[in-house]
Amino acid sequence: MNEKQWAREALTISGVHAERCMKCGKCSGACPSYEFMEYHPHQFVDMILKGGFEKLSNSQSVYKCLSCFVCVERCPRSVFPANIIEAVRTLTERSIGGDKIAADMISEMDDAPQQLLMEAFRKFSK
Amino acid sequence: MQRIGVFVCHCGSNISATVDVVRVAESLKNEQNVVFSADCRYMCSENGQSLIKNTVKEYGLTGIVICSCSPRMHENTFRKTAGEAGINPYMVEIANIREQCSWIHKNAAEATEKAVILGRAAVAKLNRDFPLTEGESSVTKRALVIGGGIAGIQTALDIADAGYKVDIVEKKPTIGGKMAQLDKTFPTLDCAACILTPKMVDAAQHENITLYTYSQVTNVEGYVGNFRVTIKKKARYVNETLCSGCGECTLKCPSKKGKNEFNMGLNNRSAIYIPFAQAIPNVPVIDTEQCIKFNTGKCGLCQMTCQAKAVDFSMKDEYITENYGAIVAATGFDIISLDKFGEFGYQMYDDVVTSLEYERLMNAAGPTGGHLVRPSDGKEPKTVVFVQCVGSRDIRECGKEYCSKICCMYTAKHAMLTREKYPDTEVYVFYIDVRTPGKGFDEFYRRAAEQYGVRYIKGMVGKVYDDGEGNIMVRASDLIAGEQLTIKADMVVLAAATEPDKTARTLGTMLTASMDTNDFFTEAHPKLRPVESPTAGVFLSGFCQGPKDIPETVAQAGAAAVKVVGLLSKDSLKSNPCTAISDPVICSGCGACKNVCPFGAVELAEKTVLTERGRETRLVSVVNDAVCKGCGACTVACPSGCMDLKGFTSSQIFGEVDALCR
Repeated sequence: MNEKQWAREALTISGVHAERCMKCGKCSGACPSYEFMEYHPHQFVDMILKGGFEKLSNSQSVYKCLSCFVCVERCPRSVFPANIIEAVRTLTERSIGGDKIAADMISEMDDAPQQLLMEAFRKFSK
Repeated sequence: MQRIGVFVCHCGSNISATVDVVRVAESLKNEQNVVFSADCRYMCSENGQSLIKNTVKEYGLTGIVICSCSPRMHENTFRKTAGEAGINPYMVEIANIREQCSWIHKNAAEATEKAVILGRAAVAKLNRDFPLTEGESSVTKRALVIGGGIAGIQTALDIADAGYKVDIVEKKPTIGGKMAQLDKTFPTLDCAACILTPKMVDAAQHENITLYTYSQVTNVEGYVGNFRVTIKKKARYVNETLCSGCGECTLKCPSKKGKNEFNMGLNNRSAIYIPFAQAIPNVPVIDTEQCIKFNTGKCGLCQMTCQAKAVDFSMKDEYITENYGAIVAATGFDIISLDKFGEFGYQMYDDVVTSLEYERLMNAAGPTGGHLVRPSDGKEPKTVVFVQCVGSRDIRECGKEYCSKICCMYTAKHAMLTREKYPDTEVYVFYIDVRTPGKGFDEFYRRAAEQYGVRYIKGMVGKVYDDGEGNIMVRASDLIAGEQLTIKADMVVLAAATEPDKTARTLGTMLTASMDTNDFFTEAHPKLRPVESPTAGVFLSGFCQGPKDIPETVAQAGAAAVKVVGLLSKDSLKSNPCTAISDPVICSGCGACKNVCPFGAVELAEKTVLTERGRETRLVSVVNDAVCKGCGACTVACPSGCMDLKGFTSSQIFGEVDALCR
């Protein structure tokens, strides 16, 4: 998939209208993980539209998001940045080759957000 | 036997680029009673008009069909032309082949076919049209202005100066509105009270102006030129004619725990109070919920103190009914409730205030005498953080989707004045965009940043919280620096979104004046008729039509006044002849029409009618043409089909439908 297709996929599965963003930065102003992230919530919204999926996907920021949804709660434009981050994370997980998570791997993943573990179980432990 | 002329307009290339106008004119030649059909580059031009006039003469036309833009655009133009050409202005039909055809279709062949069909329907209707004559109605030479802020005052002054009587109804105990609460005004920094209070005095003393303060409009009947309005004058419990305005009663009143509304609740006032020093009328009012006399029956100190014997506890609400030719809505605005914006801590921390509260804190006549101190401990703040767009441009339920327009400028003003009076104070302004269109506005904002050292930061505040040691912390993003900031603030000032006054919606319903989803009054045309409501005789002044600053409000107030004067200067008005008409022979007198009529234009009356059974005297519906607006609600409600709308009769509509479906 190229950048455009990735972006479309991420926006489709997250159901987010990224164009609604008025670039106020309130999401990043509220984000408790801000200092741990290379790309911040407002950048996810901006970059996904400009074809920055690869960069976002390869960044550790995807796993630093706590999925606390404070950005979703505060966004005055109902853009829901956390939903985009979640979509990028899901697509990243899906696209990596040996993408199965076994229960005994979890102890090594203490850095990962609960949301990631939940979705990994949902998708891979059939 | 009708003789119909059809004129198809190119509208430059607006229509002709998509619709084959020559073919449309050609096809319509074959329609019933069409004796002439042609196309023209601009029907609304001088040439187009004379083409109509010449053709009417040459072919002896009885009616014309114009295939052009929406009738909202040029129906009146063509009716006038028809009148000048000697045919009844209501023998004109317009087929809208621009907005409803050429502009919305891409396929030329299909658009052309549709244009032909629309033209055919218009011809079919014209074949069933009959001449209509406009009635006349009188004009009451008196205007009503609802709202006594700067918008209402200016409109009233301008109408009064033109020589017409005008009444102002204000729901608060004094006129002056929001502007009276302001400290300085941007961009010139002149004091609001200094420029407003002379106007308030002018209004009060003008021989043509009557003030109804502490009053509300409770009912509106009638129509343009002849409104009948009921005004509820709430009991002040102080006789306005007797009171000398000495204020002795307010000092003696022992119940001093009322929130001072004028100071945004930042200090208290007595139960009998004058809102502010320059209030007009300078007459106190009793807050009955707070008054000891009203709650326990004991006290009456104010009455004992009053040497003018003006305090009267037995006063009752009064209802006044008056006739008006025109009504101006000038209901103004308020700021939204910040209950749902927990992230800014407005409810939690005393030192987080709205801009209107800050305005009172900076004002020499305010609760602190103009000395800027924190509400919590009375100390001067050393760091003040301003947050813009709190609730504005916010599409959630709790916010407002529009830009409140005035906040960028008043925030710059607050920031500048703070730095000027207290140079040691650090001032930050968090902004999303700084919007400063207006004469001298951007220069003003730049002055705040460049000369006064106000720190403008592009970004939004995400959270205001307590650090556990009683300090207010502001966490925000700085988008230019690409970092998240945390600022320890002594005060946070929120530029809360504006909204139309809460009473606007009720008033809009009473006036049958249309409003948008945000409860702003809608103008008749967004560009060309900005101070008129689509409801005839109702005009708009100030913030109630959309966010506006003082200069714009005053300009619009004057414009509304001119429109009112234009209306009141007429001796009679032409009334719409497209009114409902009832056939008494078919009417069963059920009254369904009377029940649905929103204007009270239909009555049931005894009438002698000649039916196939002979003479009968019974109740039938009668339409008052002067009151009927031609909405057609009754024609739909009528179960026996006796109600028809002139100009839109069932026969005409079915004729159109048949032509469309042919």
